[in-house]
Amino acid sequence: MTGTPPPAPAESGRPRERLDGPAKVAGRAPYAYEQPVEDPLFLFPVRSTIARGRVRWVDTEEAEAVPGVVAVLTHLNAPRLASRDDLELWVLQDDEVRHHGQFVGAVIAGTPEVARHAASLVKVEYQREWHDVVLRADHPERYRPDHVNPSFDTDTSHGDVDGALADAAATVDQTYRTPVQHHVPMEPHTTVVRWPGAADLGAVAMYDSNQGVSPIRKVLAPLLDLDPEQLWIHSPHVGGAFGSKASPKAHHVLTALAARLVPGRPVKCALTRQQMFGNAGHRTPTIQRVRLGADRRGRLTAIAHDVVEHTARFKEFAEQTAVATRTMYAAEHRRTTHRLVPLDVPAPVIMRAPGEAPGMFALESAMDELAVALGMDPVELRIRNEPDADPESGLPFSTRHLARCLREGATRFGWADRPPAGQGRRDGDWLVGVGMAASTYPLFPQQGSRARIRALPDGRRQVEIAASDLGTGTWTALTQIAADALAVPAEAVDLVIGDSALPATVGAGGSSGLSIWGTTVVAAARAFRDRHGDDPPAGAEVVGELPENTAVGRYALHAFGAQFAEVRVDAVTGEIRVPRMVGVFDVGRVINPRTARSQLMGGMTMGLSMALHEESVVDPRFGHVVNGDYAGYHIPTNADVGDIDVSWLDEPDPLYNPMGSKGIGEIGIVGTAAAVANAVWHATGVRVRDVPITPDRLLGRHR
Amino acid sequence: MEAEIRLRVDGTTHTLRVDTRTSLLDALRDRLGNTSPKKGCDHGQCGSCTVLLDGRRITSCLALAVSHDGAEVTTADGLAPGDTLHPVQRAFLDQDAFQCGYCTPGQVCSVVGMLAEATDGRPSHVTGELTGPVQLTDEEIRERLSGNLCRCGAYVNIVAAVRQTLAEEAP
Repeated sequence: MTGTPPPAPAESGRPRERLDGPAKVAGRAPYAYEQPVEDPLFLFPVRSTIARGRVRWVDTEEAEAVPGVVAVLTHLNAPRLASRDDLELWVLQDDEVRHHGQFVGAVIAGTPEVARHAASLVKVEYQREWHDVVLRADHPERYRPDHVNPSFDTDTSHGDVDGALADAAATVDQTYRTPVQHHVPMEPHTTVVRWPGAADLGAVAMYDSNQGVSPIRKVLAPLLDLDPEQLWIHSPHVGGAFGSKASPKAHHVLTALAARLVPGRPVKCALTRQQMFGNAGHRTPTIQRVRLGADRRGRLTAIAHDVVEHTARFKEFAEQTAVATRTMYAAEHRRTTHRLVPLDVPAPVIMRAPGEAPGMFALESAMDELAVALGMDPVELRIRNEPDADPESGLPFSTRHLARCLREGATRFGWADRPPAGQGRRDGDWLVGVGMAASTYPLFPQQGSRARIRALPDGRRQVEIAASDLGTGTWTALTQIAADALAVPAEAVDLVIGDSALPATVGAGGSSGLSIWGTTVVAAARAFRDRHGDDPPAGAEVVGELPENTAVGRYALHAFGAQFAEVRVDAVTGEIRVPRMVGVFDVGRVINPRTARSQLMGGMTMGLSMALHEESVVDPRFGHVVNGDYAGYHIPTNADVGDIDVSWLDEPDPLYNPMGSKGIGEIGIVGTAAAVANAVWHATGVRVRDVPITPDRLLGRHR
Repeated sequence: MEAEIRLRVDGTTHTLRVDTRTSLLDALRDRLGNTSPKKGCDHGQCGSCTVLLDGRRITSCLALAVSHDGAEVTTADGLAPGDTLHPVQRAFLDQDAFQCGYCTPGQVCSVVGMLAEATDGRPSHVTGELTGPVQLTDEEIRERLSGNLCRCGAYVNIVAAVRQTLAEEAP
C-alpha cells in the first residue's frame, strides 16, 4: 500500500471480537506448559509437612533409585542464589521451614509419572517448632506497618471521631470478617525453564504463566545472578491470574535451580491444584471494625474503619483494606487504621481488588445497617453523603459519577418496587430480598513503560510492548488503541506482547494495564507519526516512553459503580440463590465494549463467589489449607449464577489517560459481596457480617 | 509398567506405549502433543480436560489411557478442522463466552456432548418430566454445564452461546 492511509474508523468503542479468540476456542493458543520444547524433563516438588521448624535430614536414596529419575534436589545440593532479600524466593538455600507446604526438595525425571512417584519417596525428618497461623484481633504480636500496599499511609485521622459518635443521632459499630481466599485461576502456575548447555551462548529461556514478563524478570534475573538480557521470558497467553501471577513465586526459583543442574534440557513444572493453596499466594483474612455516625437527616458525621489482618512472618504484605473508606463519603470526623499480625503462613499477596474487595464489604454493609437505623433508602443515604472533593486529600475528583451510577442502577434494577426494609417478600418456601452497595477503585500511578512502533511493508505497523493478556482482552483492545493512535485500520496493526525481548513495561495489575500500555503506545504512535509521517518507509521505527501523568497529585482519580442484587433464601434449608444482579459503572471511556462487559461481569461473579462460596479453612494444628482443591474451595458453577446486567456511563475521563479510560479489571468485584449480604438481610432479617454466607448462618434465625 | 495402546484422536490413529499410570489427558498432552484439552485440577473437579470419548463427554484426567485402548477421542481442536470452527465455537466467539480461554476447549466439548445428551432425551437434576424430549431452558443449560468451572466468570455468556447454537439448529 502506498500513499496516505485511508482515514481509519474509530476503533475505540467498537465491540471487536477477540483477536486471540479463534485459537482459544479450539485450544490452539499455547499456554506456558504447551510451548514447544525439545526433550523435556518434569519436576515435582517435595513440600514441608510442618509450618515452622528445620529440616533435620533428608533421605533421597529411594527416590534416586527409581528408573527415570535424573536428580533429586534438596537444600544440600541446590545451586546458590544471589540474594536473600525475599525469603519467599529463598528456595532450598537453608534448612529453615517458614510455612506449611514450603518447597523442601524436588525430583526431576523423564516423565511426570516418575517424578511424582519419586517425590513421594523422598523422606524428610523435621525439627518441629511452635507455630501460629490463627488471626486474632487482640493478638500480642500485632503491629503497625510503615505503609500499606503499595504505598498508602497506614493510618489517617481527621477531627474527633469519638466525640462525633457520641453526638450522632444514629450510629453503627460492628465488626466484619473476611476469610483467607485463594485466586485459583483455571491455569495452574506453570513455568518451563531451559538453562543453556555448555556449548550454548543463548539466554536462559523461561516459558511462564505470569502477569508481566518485565517485572518478573526484574526480580528473577538478579536472584539467579543473570544480567537481564540473559533471562528471556515468554508468556503470550495466561490462563487467568487475579493477582496470583503478578510477582515471582517459589516455583519459578525451584524450576530454575533444577534447570541449572541439567543444562540444555527444559524442565517443566506445573503446580498441582492442591499445591496452589500453599505456594501461589492468597488474600489475607481481615477483621474490620467499622463505626459510623450520622445526623437525623442521614448526613455522616463520623467514619472509622480499623483493620486487623495477617502477613507472613518472613515477608510483609499489608493489604490496604480501609483505603477505599478514605474516598467514599463525606464526614468531618474520620479515621482509618491497619494493623498486621505476623503468622507462620505462606506469603499473602494482592488478589483482585486488594483492599477494596474486603474493605468495601465491611463499609457497604455498615452503610446498609445505618440506612436501617435511620429508616432511610440506602441509595438515598449514599447520594446524600456524596463529597464535593476527596474527603481526606481535599483534591477535586477528576470525574465522579457515583450518584448517577446509583440512580441508573436503581432504575435498571427496579429498586423503587422493592418491599419495605426488613420485610422481604415470601414466595412459597423462598424468602426474597434485594440489596445494593457502591463500588470504587483508584488509579495507580506507574512509571517505566516503553513501546516500539515499526513500519512493515504494505502499510502495516508492528507495535511491540511487553504487555500481557490474562483473559483481559489486551490482544484486542491494545490493537484498537494502536490503530486509532496510528490512524490505520486495526487489521493493519501487528501487536506483539508477552515477551521480555520487547520494550519493557508494567505488569497487569491495579486495573491499570491497558491504561499504562495504551498511554505508552499512544505516545510512541505520536512520536512515530511526528518523525515518519503517515506514509513511512518499511523499517522506520520509533521507541516511545510513558509520559508522566500530570493529573496525579492534582486530582483524586477513581472509578465508581453501583451494584444491586436479588437473593432468594430457602426458608427450610437456608440455601441462597442469586437470580439477578445489576451493575452500573463509571469507568471512563470503554475501549472494547464486548470484552469490557465480560470483565465487569466476571468481577461481579467473583464478588458473588466471595459473598456465598469462598473460604480457605486453615488447620491451626498443621497450618495447611484443609479444603485445598476445587471440590473443597467452592467457586460458582454455571448453575450458581443467574442474570447479570452490566452497563456503564459513557463518560470519558481525559485526566486518567489520553484514551479517557479508567480501568475495569477490579471494580466489578468491589461492593458485590455487600450487595448480596444486604439482600440476605432484606430477605431474612439476619445480618451476616462475615463471608461466606453459608446456609448454616441462616438456619433457624430467619424471621 | 508400560502397555501399548491405540488411540484415534481427532481423526488420526496413534499407536503408543504408555506408563500404565498415565491419564488419558496426559497421554494427549505430553505424549501426543495435543494440548487442546487443559489440565486445571487433575481430579475431575473443574472440567477443563473435557473431551468427547466415543461421542460422550468425559473428564480425561480421570480416565487412564490404558483403559481406553482403541477409543475414538475428539478434542476441541478436532471440532475445528482446518480453520472452520464448529457452530458451538463460533457461538462462543460471538457471545464472548470466555476470557482467559483456559477452560474454553473443555466448555466447548462439554456443550457439544450436552446437546447430544439432550437430543437423546437424557434427563438432568432439574428435569421435571423424566421421559420424553428435553427442553433446554436456561435452567437446564446451567445445570448441565455445571461440571465445567470458569474462574473468569463467563457463565452468563456461555449460556448465551448455547442459546445461540440452539437457535441456529432450530428448523
